[in-house]
Amino acid sequence: MKILVCITHVPDTTSKIAFVEGNKKFDANGVQFIIGPYDDYALARAVELKEQHGGSITVLNVGGIDTEVTIRKGLAIGADEAVRINAEPDDSMFVASEIANYAKDKDFDLILMGRESIDNNGGVVHAMVGVLLDIPSVSPAMRLDIDGSTANMDKEIDGGKEVVEASLPLVVGCQEPIAEWKIPNMRGIMSARTKTLTVLEPSGADKGTSIENYELPAEKSACKMVDASNVEELVDLLKNEAKIL
Amino acid sequence: MKVLVYIESDGGVIKKSSLEALTVAASLGEVVGVVLDEVTNAADAGKYGASKVLTVSGLNGGSSEDVGNALAELSSIESADVIVMAHSSVSEGASGRLGVKLNASVATNVIGLPDTSSGFKVKRGVYTGKAFLMVDLPKAKKVLTIKKNSVELSGTGNEAPVEAVSLEVTSDIRIAVKEVMKQKGDVLLPEADLVVSAGRGLKGPENWGMIEELAKTLGAATACSKPVSDADWRPHHEHVGQTGIKVSPNLYIAVGISGAIQHLAGVSSSKVIVVINTDAEAPFFKAADYGILGDAFDVIPKLNDALKNAL
Repeated sequence: MKILVCITHVPDTTSKIAFVEGNKKFDANGVQFIIGPYDDYALARAVELKEQHGGSITVLNVGGIDTEVTIRKGLAIGADEAVRINAEPDDSMFVASEIANYAKDKDFDLILMGRESIDNNGGVVHAMVGVLLDIPSVSPAMRLDIDGSTANMDKEIDGGKEVVEASLPLVVGCQEPIAEWKIPNMRGIMSARTKTLTVLEPSGADKGTSIENYELPAEKSACKMVDASNVEELVDLLKNEAKIL
Repeated sequence: MKVLVYIESDGGVIKKSSLEALTVAASLGEVVGVVLDEVTNAADAGKYGASKVLTVSGLNGGSSEDVGNALAELSSIESADVIVMAHSSVSEGASGRLGVKLNASVATNVIGLPDTSSGFKVKRGVYTGKAFLMVDLPKAKKVLTIKKNSVELSGTGNEAPVEAVSLEVTSDIRIAVKEVMKQKGDVLLPEADLVVSAGRGLKGPENWGMIEELAKTLGAATACSKPVSDADWRPHHEHVGQTGIKVSPNLYIAVGISGAIQHLAGVSSSKVIVVINTDAEAPFFKAADYGILGDAFDVIPKLNDALKNAL
């Protein structure tokens, strides 16, 4: 089975978010970057599927040279080779088009990625790649099993889940608990250094959005404490001050 | 500008989040509502700005593929410039699909009304609740999904005429839904205006009774932290946080949750946050509007009684 796993290179979930250049650019200074948590689930499931069914895993990232540390981590976790498409991933349509352009003549059985990136939170790249390649897409999948040329999945819906069956090739947006995150071992880290990382220039796909500027949410005012013996005061505040009851 | 709005329903009634989508659409121009399942109050879409409502039967809500295909078809019949949907598990997939099919600019998680004074600018939630991004949507066609609770509803218009249309939507045979498992009777978490959430401080799944009681008194949905769903104390679809459901209710009550940054990412757009915790150092108090330092087992039953008396 040939699997493509698309990963994002995003700030660690505990990072302080700030912007520079007139609020047009993320401030990466002092920030630790990681494989997107949802993409990490996708990669972990790909490694498990390869163990069960054999095959190969290619990990792909659309990003600048600074993302190669993150891509190497993907190789250490278990991908066989890596591709970096040398462009800023600043629009969902652009990223989806670049992924589809790379994948179109490579006969991948599965294209896995996270349900969304945790920086842009678009959540649409998997659906776009599916339409661009004219293959089905499912997201967010909490379970993914492969039997021959059929995938069986649990897809989360608002307030529950659906059991979905689809034929391969297929695009899947992943989320927990599809697999356990894998921590690279020493052998993986050593072998990742010698695995192939190919850098490709973008095909120059069209963008659907253009960034104007970022803003940070307003600071919260201090928490008003209510005594545990006086819960009626809390009810009163919610009713008459916050006016939400 | 002509705007198509996908109207979702719950229990045969238009979802509040879809009324918000209609409100956004009405700020842009002429609005056509689209209903793809059985809705008893379709005409009410008019009160929120729709000039007519099209009902398509046979899709029964549908998967995001079917919804995307149906909306693509209807948008060309109606010559719509913009498609607006509430952000949901269906619209997320449908919006990506529509983006490619219509060669449209797509913006998900849009907050509030677009700014059309120059270009077509929308504000989106990014960095998982930690920041906002203004983007311009340059393409002739645009697809938006609206984050829940980000616009005020007025609902002062008149009922809209409802027209049945028949549509040939061929479902993709390469993909099939075998079974749907959905919680019944309770308030859906992503849609809820009020949420009562609990964490490890509750010590075990057997203690959730008081949380459910409190939620029932308020008419709230129940939620939980990641460790709780990881331990299978509560189902995954109740997990709120960075890698779970992101909620934006009017009121979020957090009981026995310390407030790790990953949990806060899922709740930061709540209007009012109440934190009940025994640990004065719990980081959640810094993100809260109101706090009670105390034991949930003591505070929650008392709060439930006080609310019963007051509501």
